[in-house]
Amino acid sequence: MTDTFPRIAVRRTYKLYVGGAFPRSESGRSYPVTSSAGDHLANAALASRKDVRDAVVAARKAFLGWSGRTAYNRGQILYRVAEMMEGRRSQFAEEVGAAEGVGKARAQALVSAAVDRWVYYAGWADKFGQLLGGANPVSGPYFNLSEPEPTGVVGILAPTGSSLLGLVSVLAPVLTSGNTAVLVASEDAPLPAITLAEALATSDLPAGAANILTGRLSELAAPLAGHADVNALDLAGAGGLAAELEALAATTLKRVRRPGGDDWDDTDPGLSRIKPFLEIKTVWHPIGR
Amino acid sequence: MEIFEYAPAPESRAIVSIRPSYDLFIDGEFVESKSDERLVTVNPADEEPLAEVAVADDADVDRAFAAARRAFEQVWSRLPGAERGKYLFRIARVIQERARELAVLESLDNGKPIKETRDVDLPLAAAHFFYYAGWADKLAHAGLGTRPLGVAAQVIPWNFPLLMLAWKVAPALATGNTVVLKPAETTPLTALAFAEICQEAGLPPGVVNIVTGAGATGRAVVAHPGADKVAFTGSTEVGREIARAVAGTDKRVTLELGGKGANIVYDDAAIDQAVEGIVTGIFFNQGHVCCAGSRLLVQESIADELLARLRARIERLRLGDPLDKNTDIGAVNSAAQLARIRELAAAGQAEGATGWSPACPLPERGYWFPPTVFTGVTQAHRIAREEIFGPVLSVLTFRTPEEAVAKANNTPYGLSAGVWTEKGSLMLWTASRLRAGVVWSNTFNVFDPASPFGGYKESGYGREGGRHGLEAYLD
Repeated sequence: MTDTFPRIAVRRTYKLYVGGAFPRSESGRSYPVTSSAGDHLANAALASRKDVRDAVVAARKAFLGWSGRTAYNRGQILYRVAEMMEGRRSQFAEEVGAAEGVGKARAQALVSAAVDRWVYYAGWADKFGQLLGGANPVSGPYFNLSEPEPTGVVGILAPTGSSLLGLVSVLAPVLTSGNTAVLVASEDAPLPAITLAEALATSDLPAGAANILTGRLSELAAPLAGHADVNALDLAGAGGLAAELEALAATTLKRVRRPGGDDWDDTDPGLSRIKPFLEIKTVWHPIGR
Repeated sequence: MEIFEYAPAPESRAIVSIRPSYDLFIDGEFVESKSDERLVTVNPADEEPLAEVAVADDADVDRAFAAARRAFEQVWSRLPGAERGKYLFRIARVIQERARELAVLESLDNGKPIKETRDVDLPLAAAHFFYYAGWADKLAHAGLGTRPLGVAAQVIPWNFPLLMLAWKVAPALATGNTVVLKPAETTPLTALAFAEICQEAGLPPGVVNIVTGAGATGRAVVAHPGADKVAFTGSTEVGREIARAVAGTDKRVTLELGGKGANIVYDDAAIDQAVEGIVTGIFFNQGHVCCAGSRLLVQESIADELLARLRARIERLRLGDPLDKNTDIGAVNSAAQLARIRELAAAGQAEGATGWSPACPLPERGYWFPPTVFTGVTQAHRIAREEIFGPVLSVLTFRTPEEAVAKANNTPYGLSAGVWTEKGSLMLWTASRLRAGVVWSNTFNVFDPASPFGGYKESGYGREGGRHGLEAYLD
């Protein structure tokens, strides 16, 4: 007769999400992540400035493809992300609960809101263009049309204090218009971001459209803000670094969304986070015979 | 050989009376500067001084912002939109009534041909005020905020002095903001004439304040703590400085900066129209245009034919007296700009490109540069990468549409581009791939107050013109 042993659980390794793959940091480093109560949860990858550069390269490579998808297709893929999250509800709720120190019911509510936010922005993909563009009545024989286009590669510093809902609330609006993103997850609560990456990876989102890094804000934010191939910055989670990062961004005249003014519980933020990462292109053509 | 010689057809300058000296325009009046410093603005066509203007110092700038703040709080932001609009309609009308005078003044101060000031700068400046006047009481329908920001600090360039003033002042005033505006050092005169127009229109004192000066005055204006909004048109270098200076503040910023526009000509283009468009793209306003089509990208199979026709067309351009109604190319605006153009043209030769200019006698006095075309240009050459801001065209070739787009986008700038093809699908494909804020297809360098204008990438951010242009001034 053999002894019966309790099964040893298979723990997850939390890695980065770059170019559709899940690499460890090129630096080989990791850092311990604790719950809001101080209990050890896992080791997360401690990304380096080289990881930032790799992520920007992946995001740039993905830009033409993702921005070239039809708006309808982008909408479907964002909706697919909601579907993928729905299937992992309990995992997200557990991580959010541990990270934010909220009870089960609140954690569940936060996950629900995050899922719904993807659905919300999925619906925006093929609508903002008509609201923000259109024909211009110029005084001459010209067809003249203005259309919004995605700005390009957007660097996002995810908000602190809202590890999943805040994260989704900054990432989804950037993706819905066709931008690609390099996102630095909340330093203290990065685990929901990596679980989100696993949902993204199975949602038909093209590799590199969203890239997620975990690590020290103080180490990753400056190389991202100063990178010449990043077109825009969302400083939602920049905290005290915001002014310094905005000044760095000025070197290549990045569009900057300054921190503040956000209510993650708002279920209808409208275009407030879509518009800052758009360009207006105006095309002229003569009319004649 | 000329079959028909052109007789001189000069526009009379008697219509303009330029004062020997101008003060600052603050709080509805011309007031002396606190500084003793003055600068002289010259006619770039003959280097003769036109007038002396004040150089505003920090104390002057303070006074201008105080006046603008007072006017914002006590008058302008309280005025019903319909009434604000009526002031702007008045201004539009006065500009129309004084258009010929202002056109001559602009040509004298800037050096650009009267044909352009008369037919482009002035009609567009008046139209811009007329357009935004109508928005003043309809802001609630624009899908934007409806509250003005406060006092706008505005700094404008010398290439379209009055038109750039209109682009800045009209939307700011229509939305209920007041302004402190600094015109360019070398072209202050039409802005000062505009100050008189504000008086003539009965605009409440302090709504528009105009402080003249050079770089130091401009820096004081954009850095002033009383500015809620900074709007700048000019070089990318200064744009960066401004973006850095406002970092960490609540100030809103729009920047309209440099460009290195690509003009793509496909092998099926209507070639004579394309030649006209290339000429308009680079020689309009002596090439002092941020959205100039300064890089010609021509499909290899038609390059020889196109260039032959382009040279023949350029040989017909008339360079000379800006006030002559037959003049196509006027004077370069300043000695400094001429030096910059010469330096880059020399770099083009030194780096191995081949320069060509028509036989073109240049006037003995003044700042002049002949229309110039460089062939054999590679993407690495300075003349393919840097904004020359002069009548210098760099020609590159391509074989496939993909290559054309890759080369067009291979620049940190993203202001304008042109596409010449008779094939609609190729035009739309190309336009959608170009990373530029304005794409002219089968045309170039056309502008309209209803059409948003502004750049991608390092050409700046924000749009001027149209409904989109309101956004920069509303909260």
